[in-house]
Amino acid sequence: MGQEISEFGKVFLFLAVGVIFVVLGFVTSRLIRPHRPYTEKLTTYECGEEPKGSAWVQFNIRFYVVALIFIIFDVEVLFLYPWATIFKQVGGYALAVALVFLGVLTLGLIYEWKKGYINWVVPTPNIPKMPTKKFEKPKSLEKPKVAEPETTA
Amino acid sequence: MTDLLQLPLLLSLTLGERLALMGVVLFVLLTSVAYTVYAERKIAAAIQNRIGPNRVGFDLIPQLGFLKGLAGLGQPIADVLKLLFKEDVVPSASNGFYHLLAPMISLFAALTTIAVVPVAAGLVIADVDIGVLYILAITSLGVYGLTLAGWASNSKYSLLGGLRSSAQMISYEIAMGLSVVSVVVIADSLSMTKIVESQTANPLYWNCFRNFLGFICFVVASFAECNRAPFDLPEAEQELVGGYNTEYGSMKFALFFLAEYANMIVASTVIATLFLGGYQVPFWSDAPWWLQVGAFVTKTLFMMFVFIWVRWTIPRFKYNQLMDLGWRKLLPLALFNLLLIAMGVLIFEA
Repeated sequence: MGQEISEFGKVFLFLAVGVIFVVLGFVTSRLIRPHRPYTEKLTTYECGEEPKGSAWVQFNIRFYVVALIFIIFDVEVLFLYPWATIFKQVGGYALAVALVFLGVLTLGLIYEWKKGYINWVVPTPNIPKMPTKKFEKPKSLEKPKVAEPETTA
Repeated sequence: MTDLLQLPLLLSLTLGERLALMGVVLFVLLTSVAYTVYAERKIAAAIQNRIGPNRVGFDLIPQLGFLKGLAGLGQPIADVLKLLFKEDVVPSASNGFYHLLAPMISLFAALTTIAVVPVAAGLVIADVDIGVLYILAITSLGVYGLTLAGWASNSKYSLLGGLRSSAQMISYEIAMGLSVVSVVVIADSLSMTKIVESQTANPLYWNCFRNFLGFICFVVASFAECNRAPFDLPEAEQELVGGYNTEYGSMKFALFFLAEYANMIVASTVIATLFLGGYQVPFWSDAPWWLQVGAFVTKTLFMMFVFIWVRWTIPRFKYNQLMDLGWRKLLPLALFNLLLIAMGVLIFEA
Protein backbone atom coordinates (compact mmCIF):
# COMPACT_ATOMS: atom_id res chain seq x y z
CA MET A 1 0.00 0.00 0.00
CA GLY A 2 3.00 2.30 0.38
CA GLN A 3 3.13 2.58 -3.38
CA GLU A 4 3.13 6.12 -4.75
CA ILE A 5 0.13 7.07 -6.80
CA SER A 6 0.90 9.33 -9.74
CA GLU A 7 -0.75 12.73 -9.80
CA PHE A 8 -3.12 11.79 -12.58
CA GLY A 9 -3.89 8.62 -10.65
CA LYS A 10 -5.11 10.84 -7.84
CA VAL A 11 -7.28 12.76 -10.27
CA PHE A 12 -8.71 9.48 -11.45
CA LEU A 13 -9.35 8.38 -7.86
CA PHE A 14 -11.12 11.66 -7.20
CA LEU A 15 -13.30 11.09 -10.25
CA ALA A 16 -14.07 7.58 -9.02
CA VAL A 17 -15.20 8.94 -5.65
CA GLY A 18 -17.37 11.43 -7.52
CA VAL A 19 -18.95 8.60 -9.53
CA ILE A 20 -19.71 6.72 -6.31
CA PHE A 21 -21.41 9.83 -4.88
CA VAL A 22 -23.59 10.26 -7.95
CA VAL A 23 -24.48 6.57 -8.23
CA LEU A 24 -25.42 6.51 -4.53
CA GLY A 25 -27.63 9.52 -5.12
CA PHE A 26 -29.35 7.88 -8.06
CA VAL A 27 -29.91 4.63 -6.17
CA THR A 28 -31.39 6.42 -3.14
CA SER A 29 -33.61 8.51 -5.35
CA ARG A 30 -34.71 5.40 -7.24
CA LEU A 31 -35.71 3.68 -4.02
CA ILE A 32 -37.80 6.47 -2.57
CA ARG A 33 -39.34 8.27 -5.52
CA PRO A 34 -42.65 7.40 -7.15
CA HIS A 35 -42.83 6.04 -10.67
CA ARG A 36 -46.19 6.54 -12.32
CA PRO A 37 -45.73 7.32 -15.99
CA TYR A 38 -48.52 7.68 -18.50
CA THR A 39 -48.58 8.77 -22.13
CA GLU A 40 -49.47 12.41 -21.61
CA LYS A 41 -46.88 12.84 -18.89
CA LEU A 42 -44.17 11.50 -21.17
CA THR A 43 -44.83 13.84 -24.07
CA THR A 44 -42.26 16.48 -24.87
CA TYR A 45 -42.94 19.86 -23.32
CA GLU A 46 -44.16 22.43 -25.79
CA CYS A 47 -46.08 24.98 -23.73
CA GLY A 48 -49.05 22.68 -23.39
CA GLU A 49 -49.57 22.25 -27.12
CA GLU A 50 -49.32 18.90 -28.85
CA PRO A 51 -45.64 18.56 -29.77
CA LYS A 52 -45.15 19.08 -33.48
CA GLY A 53 -42.61 16.69 -34.95
CA SER A 54 -39.16 15.80 -33.66
CA ALA A 55 -36.48 18.23 -32.52
CA TRP A 56 -33.84 16.16 -34.28
CA VAL A 57 -33.74 18.46 -37.24
CA GLN A 58 -31.09 20.29 -39.19
CA PHE A 59 -30.25 23.57 -37.56
CA ASN A 60 -28.61 26.82 -38.51
CA ILE A 61 -25.31 26.41 -40.37
CA ARG A 62 -23.86 29.33 -38.38
CA PHE A 63 -23.29 27.09 -35.40
CA TYR A 64 -21.03 24.90 -37.53
CA VAL A 65 -19.09 27.90 -38.79
CA VAL A 66 -18.48 29.10 -35.24
CA ALA A 67 -17.35 25.62 -34.27
CA LEU A 68 -14.92 25.47 -37.19
CA ILE A 69 -13.41 28.87 -36.39
CA PHE A 70 -13.12 27.80 -32.78
CA ILE A 71 -11.15 24.71 -33.68
CA ILE A 72 -8.68 26.72 -35.76
CA PHE A 73 -8.12 29.30 -33.04
CA ASP A 74 -8.04 26.81 -30.20
CA VAL A 75 -5.29 24.80 -31.84
CA GLU A 76 -3.35 28.00 -32.39
CA VAL A 77 -3.75 28.94 -28.73
CA LEU A 78 -2.59 25.47 -27.79
CA PHE A 79 0.63 26.03 -29.73
CA LEU A 80 1.28 29.07 -27.58
CA TYR A 81 1.49 27.10 -24.32
CA PRO A 82 4.91 25.50 -24.92
CA TRP A 83 6.10 28.86 -26.19
CA ALA A 84 4.90 30.56 -22.99
CA THR A 85 6.74 28.15 -20.69
CA ILE A 86 10.15 28.83 -22.25
CA PHE A 87 9.58 32.49 -23.05
CA LYS A 88 11.82 33.82 -20.27
CA GLN A 89 14.73 31.56 -21.25
CA VAL A 90 14.65 32.41 -24.94
CA GLY A 91 13.83 36.11 -24.61
CA GLY A 92 13.76 38.48 -27.57
CA TYR A 93 13.86 35.80 -30.26
CA ALA A 94 10.76 34.20 -28.74
CA LEU A 95 8.98 37.53 -28.86
CA ALA A 96 9.85 37.93 -32.57
CA VAL A 97 8.54 34.44 -33.33
CA ALA A 98 5.39 35.13 -31.35
CA LEU A 99 4.87 38.38 -33.24
CA VAL A 100 4.89 36.49 -36.53
CA PHE A 101 2.64 33.76 -35.17
CA LEU A 102 0.16 36.13 -33.55
CA GLY A 103 0.29 38.25 -36.70
CA VAL A 104 -0.92 35.30 -38.75
CA LEU A 105 -3.58 34.63 -36.11
CA THR A 106 -4.74 38.24 -36.26
CA LEU A 107 -4.81 38.11 -40.06
CA GLY A 108 -7.06 35.08 -39.80
CA LEU A 109 -9.31 36.93 -37.39
CA ILE A 110 -9.49 39.96 -39.70
CA TYR A 111 -10.29 37.68 -42.64
CA GLU A 112 -13.17 36.04 -40.76
CA TRP A 113 -14.34 39.43 -39.57
CA LYS A 114 -14.44 40.84 -43.11
CA LYS A 115 -16.07 37.71 -44.47
CA GLY A 116 -18.79 38.14 -41.86
CA TYR A 117 -18.39 34.71 -40.27
CA ILE A 118 -18.26 36.11 -36.75
CA ASN A 119 -21.11 38.46 -37.46
CA TRP A 120 -24.14 36.82 -35.94
CA VAL A 121 -26.72 39.18 -37.40
CA VAL A 122 -26.36 39.61 -41.13
CA PRO A 123 -27.92 42.99 -41.92
CA THR A 124 -28.97 42.25 -45.48
CA PRO A 125 -29.36 38.57 -46.24
CA ASN A 126 -28.04 37.84 -49.70
CA ILE A 127 -30.87 35.81 -51.18
CA PRO A 128 -30.35 35.13 -54.87
CA LYS A 129 -33.20 36.51 -56.94
CA MET A 130 -35.20 33.90 -58.79
CA PRO A 131 -36.81 34.75 -62.09
CA THR A 132 -40.38 35.27 -61.10
CA LYS A 133 -43.33 35.05 -63.34
CA LYS A 134 -46.47 36.72 -62.36
CA PHE A 135 -48.87 34.23 -61.00
CA GLU A 136 -52.21 34.24 -62.66
CA LYS A 137 -55.23 32.73 -61.19
CA PRO A 138 -56.78 30.02 -63.32
CA LYS A 139 -60.04 31.10 -64.77
CA SER A 140 -61.87 28.20 -63.20
CA LEU A 141 -61.05 29.38 -59.67
CA GLU A 142 -62.35 32.84 -60.20
CA LYS A 143 -65.67 33.44 -58.71
CA PRO A 144 -68.30 34.40 -61.17
CA LYS A 145 -68.87 38.04 -60.88
CA VAL A 146 -71.98 38.89 -59.11
CA ALA A 147 -73.65 41.56 -60.96
CA GLU A 148 -73.96 44.52 -58.74
CA PRO A 149 -77.45 45.46 -58.06
CA GLU A 150 -78.14 48.33 -60.25
CA THR A 151 -79.23 51.31 -58.50
CA THR A 152 -81.62 53.27 -60.36
CA ALA A 153 -82.37 56.62 -59.36
CA MET B 1 9.83 20.43 3.12
CA THR B 2 9.06 22.35 6.28
CA ASP B 3 5.51 23.07 5.22
CA LEU B 4 4.94 19.36 4.69
CA LEU B 5 5.88 18.74 8.33
CA GLN B 6 3.10 21.07 9.35
CA LEU B 7 0.71 18.90 7.41
CA PRO B 8 1.13 15.46 8.98
CA LEU B 9 -2.19 14.45 7.45
CA LEU B 10 -0.84 14.15 3.95
CA LEU B 11 2.54 12.52 4.58
CA SER B 12 1.74 8.90 3.92
CA LEU B 13 -1.73 7.84 3.13
CA THR B 14 -2.97 4.40 2.29
CA LEU B 15 -5.33 4.05 -0.61
CA GLY B 16 -8.34 3.70 1.69
CA GLU B 17 -7.46 6.81 3.69
CA ARG B 18 -6.91 8.76 0.51
CA LEU B 19 -10.30 7.70 -0.82
CA ALA B 20 -11.95 8.66 2.46
CA LEU B 21 -10.24 12.05 2.36
CA MET B 22 -11.43 12.61 -1.19
CA GLY B 23 -14.93 11.63 -0.13
CA VAL B 24 -14.79 14.26 2.61
CA VAL B 25 -13.54 16.88 0.14
CA LEU B 26 -16.36 16.03 -2.27
CA PHE B 27 -18.93 16.10 0.51
CA VAL B 28 -17.72 19.52 1.66
CA LEU B 29 -17.73 20.75 -1.93
CA LEU B 30 -21.26 19.55 -2.65
CA THR B 31 -22.55 20.94 0.65
CA SER B 32 -20.95 24.28 -0.10
CA VAL B 33 -22.56 24.14 -3.54
CA ALA B 34 -25.95 23.74 -1.86
CA TYR B 35 -25.22 26.64 0.45
CA THR B 36 -24.02 28.74 -2.49
CA VAL B 37 -27.53 28.47 -3.84
CA TYR B 38 -28.79 29.66 -0.47
CA ALA B 39 -26.26 32.51 -0.45
CA GLU B 40 -27.29 33.50 -3.94
CA ARG B 41 -30.94 33.65 -2.95
CA LYS B 42 -30.14 35.68 0.15
CA ILE B 43 -27.89 38.14 -1.71
CA ALA B 44 -30.40 38.46 -4.54
CA ALA B 45 -33.07 39.19 -1.97
CA ALA B 46 -30.88 41.82 -0.33
CA ILE B 47 -30.19 43.45 -3.70
CA GLN B 48 -33.87 43.48 -4.60
CA ASN B 49 -34.95 44.61 -1.15
CA ARG B 50 -36.68 41.34 -0.27
CA ILE B 51 -36.21 38.94 2.63
CA GLY B 52 -35.34 35.74 0.80
CA PRO B 53 -35.64 32.21 2.23
CA ASN B 54 -36.37 32.51 5.97
CA ARG B 55 -38.69 29.63 6.86
CA VAL B 56 -36.93 26.29 6.82
CA GLY B 57 -34.97 25.60 9.99
CA PHE B 58 -33.90 22.40 11.69
CA ASP B 59 -37.15 21.80 13.54
CA LEU B 60 -37.04 18.03 13.20
CA ILE B 61 -33.76 17.69 15.09
CA PRO B 62 -34.39 18.55 18.76
CA GLN B 63 -30.73 19.36 19.47
CA LEU B 64 -30.81 22.01 16.75
CA GLY B 65 -34.12 23.43 17.91
CA PHE B 66 -32.56 26.80 18.63
CA LEU B 67 -31.97 27.15 14.90
CA LYS B 68 -35.69 26.90 14.29
CA GLY B 69 -36.51 28.97 11.23
CA LEU B 70 -33.22 30.81 11.65
CA ALA B 71 -32.68 32.69 8.40
CA GLY B 72 -33.87 29.70 6.41
CA LEU B 73 -30.61 27.83 6.86
CA GLY B 74 -32.34 24.49 6.33
CA GLN B 75 -33.49 25.50 2.86
CA PRO B 76 -30.68 23.78 0.86
CA ILE B 77 -31.28 20.48 2.66
CA ALA B 78 -35.01 20.73 2.02
CA ASP B 79 -34.32 21.46 -1.66
CA VAL B 80 -32.08 18.42 -2.03
CA LEU B 81 -34.63 16.18 -0.30
CA LYS B 82 -37.40 17.50 -2.50
CA LEU B 83 -35.43 16.69 -5.65
CA LEU B 84 -34.65 13.21 -4.33
CA PHE B 85 -38.34 12.48 -3.83
CA LYS B 86 -39.41 13.69 -7.27
CA GLU B 87 -40.51 11.32 -10.00
CA ASP B 88 -38.00 10.99 -12.82
CA VAL B 89 -39.85 11.75 -16.06
CA VAL B 90 -38.03 10.72 -19.21
CA PRO B 91 -39.98 11.88 -22.28
CA SER B 92 -40.86 8.99 -24.54
CA ALA B 93 -39.45 10.82 -27.56
CA SER B 94 -36.01 11.30 -25.97
CA ASN B 95 -32.92 9.14 -26.03
CA GLY B 96 -32.87 7.63 -22.54
CA PHE B 97 -29.18 6.77 -22.30
CA TYR B 98 -27.84 10.16 -23.33
CA HIS B 99 -30.56 11.81 -21.29
CA LEU B 100 -28.98 10.14 -18.25
CA LEU B 101 -25.38 10.60 -19.35
CA ALA B 102 -25.55 14.35 -20.02
CA PRO B 103 -26.01 15.63 -16.44
CA MET B 104 -23.32 13.23 -15.23
CA ILE B 105 -20.81 14.60 -17.73
CA SER B 106 -21.47 18.17 -16.69
CA LEU B 107 -21.19 17.40 -12.98
CA PHE B 108 -17.99 15.36 -13.33
CA ALA B 109 -16.44 18.03 -15.52
CA ALA B 110 -17.21 20.58 -12.83
CA LEU B 111 -15.99 18.45 -9.93
CA THR B 112 -12.74 17.04 -11.31
CA THR B 113 -11.39 20.51 -12.02
CA ILE B 114 -11.09 21.28 -8.33
CA ALA B 115 -8.60 18.41 -7.91
CA VAL B 116 -5.64 20.45 -9.19
CA VAL B 117 -6.33 23.72 -7.40
CA PRO B 118 -3.88 24.20 -4.51
CA VAL B 119 -5.66 25.20 -1.30
CA ALA B 120 -2.42 25.85 0.62
CA ALA B 121 1.27 25.25 -0.07
CA GLY B 122 1.48 21.49 -0.64
CA LEU B 123 -2.20 20.99 0.14
CA VAL B 124 -3.67 19.89 -3.17
CA ILE B 125 -5.44 16.72 -4.23
CA ALA B 126 -3.25 16.22 -7.30
CA ASP B 127 -0.33 18.52 -8.08
CA VAL B 128 -0.34 17.96 -11.83
CA ASP B 129 2.59 19.53 -13.74
CA ILE B 130 0.27 20.88 -16.40
CA GLY B 131 -2.50 22.02 -14.08
CA VAL B 132 -3.55 24.97 -16.24
CA LEU B 133 -3.92 22.83 -19.36
CA TYR B 134 -5.81 20.25 -17.34
CA ILE B 135 -8.27 22.87 -16.12
CA LEU B 136 -8.88 24.22 -19.63
CA ALA B 137 -9.33 20.71 -20.98
CA ILE B 138 -11.76 19.50 -18.33
CA THR B 139 -13.87 22.65 -18.24
CA SER B 140 -14.34 22.46 -21.98
CA LEU B 141 -15.57 18.88 -21.56
CA GLY B 142 -18.55 20.41 -19.79
CA VAL B 143 -19.84 21.58 -23.19
CA TYR B 144 -20.57 17.97 -24.09
CA GLY B 145 -22.96 17.61 -21.17
CA LEU B 146 -25.03 20.63 -22.18
CA THR B 147 -25.07 19.86 -25.91
CA LEU B 148 -25.91 16.24 -25.26
CA ALA B 149 -28.72 17.22 -22.89
CA GLY B 150 -30.12 19.55 -25.52
CA TRP B 151 -30.00 16.92 -28.20
CA ALA B 152 -31.11 13.89 -26.18
CA SER B 153 -34.24 15.55 -24.79
CA ASN B 154 -35.70 15.85 -28.29
CA SER B 155 -37.36 19.10 -27.37
CA LYS B 156 -37.00 22.31 -29.36
CA TYR B 157 -36.27 24.42 -26.32
CA SER B 158 -33.61 22.02 -25.15
CA LEU B 159 -32.01 21.85 -28.58
CA LEU B 160 -31.82 25.62 -28.87
CA GLY B 161 -30.49 25.93 -25.32
CA GLY B 162 -27.85 23.28 -25.92
CA LEU B 163 -26.74 24.82 -29.21
CA ARG B 164 -26.55 28.25 -27.72
CA SER B 165 -24.53 27.14 -24.74
CA SER B 166 -22.06 25.21 -26.86
CA ALA B 167 -21.60 28.12 -29.27
CA GLN B 168 -21.21 30.48 -26.34
CA MET B 169 -18.74 28.34 -24.44
CA ILE B 170 -16.48 27.75 -27.41
CA SER B 171 -16.60 31.43 -28.35
CA TYR B 172 -15.29 32.53 -24.98
CA GLU B 173 -12.85 29.71 -24.55
CA ILE B 174 -10.31 31.25 -26.90
CA ALA B 175 -10.20 34.55 -25.05
CA MET B 176 -9.91 32.55 -21.84
CA GLY B 177 -7.06 30.43 -23.22
CA LEU B 178 -5.17 33.49 -24.43
CA SER B 179 -5.43 35.24 -21.08
CA VAL B 180 -4.18 32.08 -19.38
CA VAL B 181 -1.21 32.05 -21.79
CA SER B 182 -0.31 35.54 -20.57
CA VAL B 183 -0.34 34.24 -16.99
CA VAL B 184 1.91 31.36 -18.02
CA VAL B 185 4.35 33.80 -19.65
CA ILE B 186 4.72 35.59 -16.32
CA ALA B 187 4.89 32.46 -14.18
CA ASP B 188 7.05 30.41 -16.54
CA SER B 189 5.20 27.22 -15.67
CA LEU B 190 1.94 25.37 -16.27
CA SER B 191 1.74 24.08 -12.71
CA MET B 192 -0.87 25.75 -10.53
CA THR B 193 1.40 25.69 -7.46
CA LYS B 194 4.24 27.41 -9.35
CA ILE B 195 1.85 30.01 -10.71
CA VAL B 196 0.76 30.83 -7.17
CA GLU B 197 4.37 30.97 -5.99
CA SER B 198 5.32 33.30 -8.84
CA GLN B 199 2.84 35.85 -7.52
CA THR B 200 4.63 36.13 -4.14
CA ALA B 201 3.13 37.45 -0.93
CA ASN B 202 3.19 41.06 -2.08
CA PRO B 203 -0.31 41.87 -3.36
CA LEU B 204 1.12 44.26 -5.95
CA TYR B 205 2.71 41.25 -7.67
CA TRP B 206 -0.56 39.39 -7.96
CA ASN B 207 -1.62 38.85 -11.52
CA CYS B 208 -4.77 40.92 -11.18
CA PHE B 209 -2.48 43.98 -11.06
CA ARG B 210 0.45 42.79 -13.15
CA ASN B 211 -1.83 41.40 -15.81
CA PHE B 212 -4.90 43.58 -15.47
CA LEU B 213 -6.29 43.18 -19.00
CA GLY B 214 -5.83 39.43 -18.78
CA PHE B 215 -7.68 39.43 -15.48
CA ILE B 216 -10.64 41.27 -17.01
CA CYS B 217 -10.68 38.96 -20.04
CA PHE B 218 -10.53 35.87 -17.89
CA VAL B 219 -13.27 36.97 -15.51
CA VAL B 220 -15.63 37.91 -18.34
CA ALA B 221 -14.88 34.67 -20.17
CA SER B 222 -15.46 32.59 -17.07
CA PHE B 223 -18.83 34.29 -16.54
CA ALA B 224 -19.70 33.11 -20.04
CA GLU B 225 -18.24 29.64 -19.47
CA CYS B 226 -20.38 29.19 -16.36
CA ASN B 227 -23.49 30.29 -18.29
CA ARG B 228 -24.05 32.90 -15.61
CA ALA B 229 -25.85 36.19 -16.14
CA PRO B 230 -25.28 38.41 -18.06
CA PHE B 231 -24.43 35.47 -20.32
CA ASP B 232 -27.22 33.10 -19.24
CA LEU B 233 -28.81 32.82 -22.69
CA PRO B 234 -28.83 29.01 -22.73
CA GLU B 235 -31.47 29.10 -20.03
CA ALA B 236 -33.12 32.39 -20.77
CA GLU B 237 -36.40 31.42 -19.18
CA GLN B 238 -38.48 34.08 -20.92
CA GLU B 239 -37.83 32.60 -24.34
CA LEU B 240 -36.46 29.10 -23.91
CA VAL B 241 -38.41 27.84 -20.87
CA GLY B 242 -35.56 25.98 -19.16
CA GLY B 243 -33.06 25.82 -22.01
CA TYR B 244 -31.15 22.55 -22.06
CA ASN B 245 -32.78 21.35 -18.83
CA THR B 246 -36.37 21.83 -19.95
CA GLU B 247 -37.01 18.08 -19.95
CA TYR B 248 -35.11 17.35 -16.75
CA GLY B 249 -36.45 16.73 -13.30
CA SER B 250 -35.62 14.86 -10.12
CA MET B 251 -32.01 13.75 -9.54
CA LYS B 252 -30.92 14.54 -13.09
CA PHE B 253 -32.00 18.14 -12.68
CA ALA B 254 -30.26 18.19 -9.31
CA LEU B 255 -27.04 17.13 -11.04
CA PHE B 256 -27.32 19.96 -13.57
CA PHE B 257 -28.05 22.39 -10.80
CA LEU B 258 -25.10 21.16 -8.75
CA ALA B 259 -22.90 21.31 -11.84
CA GLU B 260 -23.87 24.89 -12.54
CA TYR B 261 -23.03 26.08 -9.06
CA ALA B 262 -19.98 23.82 -8.77
CA ASN B 263 -18.77 25.46 -11.98
CA MET B 264 -19.17 28.83 -10.35
CA ILE B 265 -17.19 27.75 -7.28
CA VAL B 266 -14.50 26.16 -9.43
CA ALA B 267 -14.25 29.25 -11.62
CA SER B 268 -13.86 31.36 -8.49
CA THR B 269 -11.09 29.12 -7.16
CA VAL B 270 -9.32 29.23 -10.52
CA ILE B 271 -9.56 33.02 -10.70
CA ALA B 272 -8.29 33.24 -7.12
CA THR B 273 -5.37 30.94 -8.00
CA LEU B 274 -4.36 32.47 -11.30
CA PHE B 275 -4.96 36.15 -10.58
CA LEU B 276 -5.52 36.85 -6.89
CA GLY B 277 -2.41 35.14 -5.56
CA GLY B 278 -4.09 31.85 -4.63
CA TYR B 279 -3.17 30.83 -1.10
CA GLN B 280 -0.69 33.69 -0.59
CA VAL B 281 -1.32 35.63 2.58
CA PRO B 282 -0.56 39.33 1.98
CA PHE B 283 2.91 40.33 3.26
CA TRP B 284 3.57 36.98 4.95
CA SER B 285 5.33 34.61 2.62
CA ASP B 286 5.62 31.63 5.00
CA ALA B 287 2.29 31.77 6.77
CA PRO B 288 1.07 28.61 8.52
CA TRP B 289 -1.00 26.37 6.32
CA TRP B 290 -4.33 27.04 8.00
CA LEU B 291 -3.89 30.77 7.39
CA GLN B 292 -3.15 30.04 3.74
CA VAL B 293 -6.34 28.01 3.51
CA GLY B 294 -8.14 30.94 5.08
CA ALA B 295 -6.67 33.38 2.55
CA PHE B 296 -7.63 31.07 -0.31
CA VAL B 297 -11.19 30.62 0.94
CA THR B 298 -11.58 34.37 1.47
CA LYS B 299 -10.48 35.12 -2.08
CA THR B 300 -12.76 32.41 -3.46
CA LEU B 301 -15.73 33.69 -1.48
CA PHE B 302 -15.02 37.20 -2.71
CA MET B 303 -15.04 36.04 -6.34
CA MET B 304 -18.26 34.08 -5.74
CA PHE B 305 -19.84 37.19 -4.32
CA VAL B 306 -18.81 39.07 -7.47
CA PHE B 307 -20.42 36.34 -9.59
CA ILE B 308 -23.72 36.65 -7.71
CA TRP B 309 -23.54 40.43 -7.54
CA VAL B 310 -23.06 40.73 -11.30
CA ARG B 311 -25.90 38.32 -11.99
CA TRP B 312 -28.42 40.36 -10.06
CA THR B 313 -27.17 43.71 -11.35
CA ILE B 314 -26.56 43.45 -15.08
CA PRO B 315 -29.31 42.57 -17.57
CA ARG B 316 -28.90 39.74 -20.07
CA PHE B 317 -27.17 40.27 -23.41
CA LYS B 318 -28.81 39.67 -26.75
CA TYR B 319 -27.35 36.73 -28.58
CA ASN B 320 -25.65 38.76 -31.29
CA GLN B 321 -24.18 41.07 -28.65
CA LEU B 322 -22.80 38.03 -26.86
CA MET B 323 -21.09 36.69 -29.97
CA ASP B 324 -19.82 40.18 -30.79
CA LEU B 325 -18.31 40.62 -27.36
CA GLY B 326 -16.61 37.24 -27.50
CA TRP B 327 -15.14 37.35 -30.98
CA ARG B 328 -14.69 41.04 -31.76
CA LYS B 329 -13.80 42.54 -28.42
CA LEU B 330 -12.51 39.95 -25.99
CA LEU B 331 -10.43 37.98 -28.50
CA PRO B 332 -8.51 40.99 -29.93
CA LEU B 333 -8.12 42.33 -26.41
CA ALA B 334 -6.65 39.05 -25.20
CA LEU B 335 -4.27 38.91 -28.20
CA PHE B 336 -3.15 42.48 -27.52
CA ASN B 337 -2.71 41.72 -23.83
CA LEU B 338 -0.54 38.71 -24.60
CA LEU B 339 1.86 40.86 -26.64
CA LEU B 340 1.81 43.53 -23.96
CA ILE B 341 2.68 41.01 -21.25
CA ALA B 342 5.41 39.40 -23.37
CA MET B 343 7.04 42.80 -23.95
CA GLY B 344 6.64 43.72 -20.30
CA VAL B 345 8.33 40.51 -19.20
CA LEU B 346 11.22 41.17 -21.63
CA ILE B 347 11.70 44.72 -20.40
CA PHE B 348 11.44 44.08 -16.68
CA GLU B 349 12.95 40.65 -16.26
CA ALA B 350 15.54 40.13 -19.00
